[in-house]
Amino acid sequence: MTIKRGVSLYSYQNETFLGDMTLDDCIRVCAEMGANGIEVIGEQSFWGHPEQSIEDAAIEGWHESIKKHGAVPVALDFMIDYKRYKGRIMTLEEQVESIKKDIALAKRLGTPFMRVLVSIDPDVLVAAAPFAEEAGVKMLVEVHAPLHFDHPWILRHAEAFDKSGSDALGFLPDMGMFLDKFPPCWKARFIRNGVPQNIADYIEKAYEDRVLSEYVIQNVREMGGTGPSLGMAETLRHNAAYAPERMLPHMDRIHNIHGKFYEMTEDCIEPAIPYERIIQVLTKGNYDGYICSEYEGNRWIEDAHTVDSVEQVRRQQKMLENLINKYQR
Amino acid sequence: MFDNKVIVENSLTRVTSAEAGFDGVSVLARLPYYRGLGLSMVENIAVTVDDKLVAREDTLFSVRGNTWTLDEMETEYGDRWNFGEKAKVLVKLPEGLDDGEHDISVAITMRVSYLPFVPTTKDTKRLALQG
Repeated sequence: MTIKRGVSLYSYQNETFLGDMTLDDCIRVCAEMGANGIEVIGEQSFWGHPEQSIEDAAIEGWHESIKKHGAVPVALDFMIDYKRYKGRIMTLEEQVESIKKDIALAKRLGTPFMRVLVSIDPDVLVAAAPFAEEAGVKMLVEVHAPLHFDHPWILRHAEAFDKSGSDALGFLPDMGMFLDKFPPCWKARFIRNGVPQNIADYIEKAYEDRVLSEYVIQNVREMGGTGPSLGMAETLRHNAAYAPERMLPHMDRIHNIHGKFYEMTEDCIEPAIPYERIIQVLTKGNYDGYICSEYEGNRWIEDAHTVDSVEQVRRQQKMLENLINKYQR
Repeated sequence: MFDNKVIVENSLTRVTSAEAGFDGVSVLARLPYYRGLGLSMVENIAVTVDDKLVAREDTLFSVRGNTWTLDEMETEYGDRWNFGEKAKVLVKLPEGLDDGEHDISVAITMRVSYLPFVPTTKDTKRLALQG
């Protein structure tokens, strides 16, 4: 039972969006950091899917890069655009048909796991499970803040998965749901957007004090907060410091993990997400799988700073390596 | 996200009736999102030229040689705006536009299935009209 290190190529979106890094570059830099597990977003790294088929040459290029750099395909993140048709939600049958295209892509890419967005109805996943089983892949619902393992929506998924008897259904927790502190890069951005210092300080402190989001929003309004101040307060509706220990009852269905982070300091510390505690919990739960770095600080700093995703991921990988060595010896 | 990277620098170009059937301008734009999106989910592309909003029906979208009106895009289920892909946004300006610098803004509204809101991302850049 070991925790292995990987990277979601979501982390390099700033560079790939601008054409500054190719898919091969992304895989190479991961392998160079010793993070050989690769998670990929189909609709980011490949053009065409799902409306059109991805060209064979692109898939061959993926496999060549994986082989050349000694990397391992871990997960395909897919989306089901159930609002594809304006004014109506896709039926269960249409959603299953959509998933079948993604299962076929996972098979072409050789990824054993597929990331499912948390808003998908469990009935859709149960209906699609036989196709995943046939392809030898598992579909993992991304448990992501503000949802968490004790939320009725997630409990409903767990019950549906158990009842289905399928081992092709599971979970992929995103570590952002264990947000311990208000991220410094968020606060700085909101101040740049016009939030007064006293209001920013209050929200940061209220988050640390675990004050209910609705009270914080009300208090900010009473402090005279408008637009950006209310926007900053409302981030508390979408984030909370849930307990990493709540993963433990679900360990048999957790097969991949998003190592979400917003910023890594020069001495390789994530100021807001409690990774030391997380690694201790995963060790206790005998987690056997990858933690894939997911850098999401880019969007918080791009207005004022140069984004250096590769350096940020490198620092997180250093932190993960140190923690894994500390607790898994 | 990518708020300041929607409009591609130095991409403001004159469009003539001889080539397009109308007079106006075009800019290159990227979808402000970490993945691509099927065209039916692009709800609106609002362009302003020197603070003047161009009517929706006078705005067209073109990628890889195909062109749609914004209404046509709403029922286009066979094509997409890929991640980082530079698409051409064309606007009809019957009165024309002088050479030189202009403030151009592009605001893109997307219907994203999993979001509990419909995001609009706007980028504004000062671009020089060439040709």
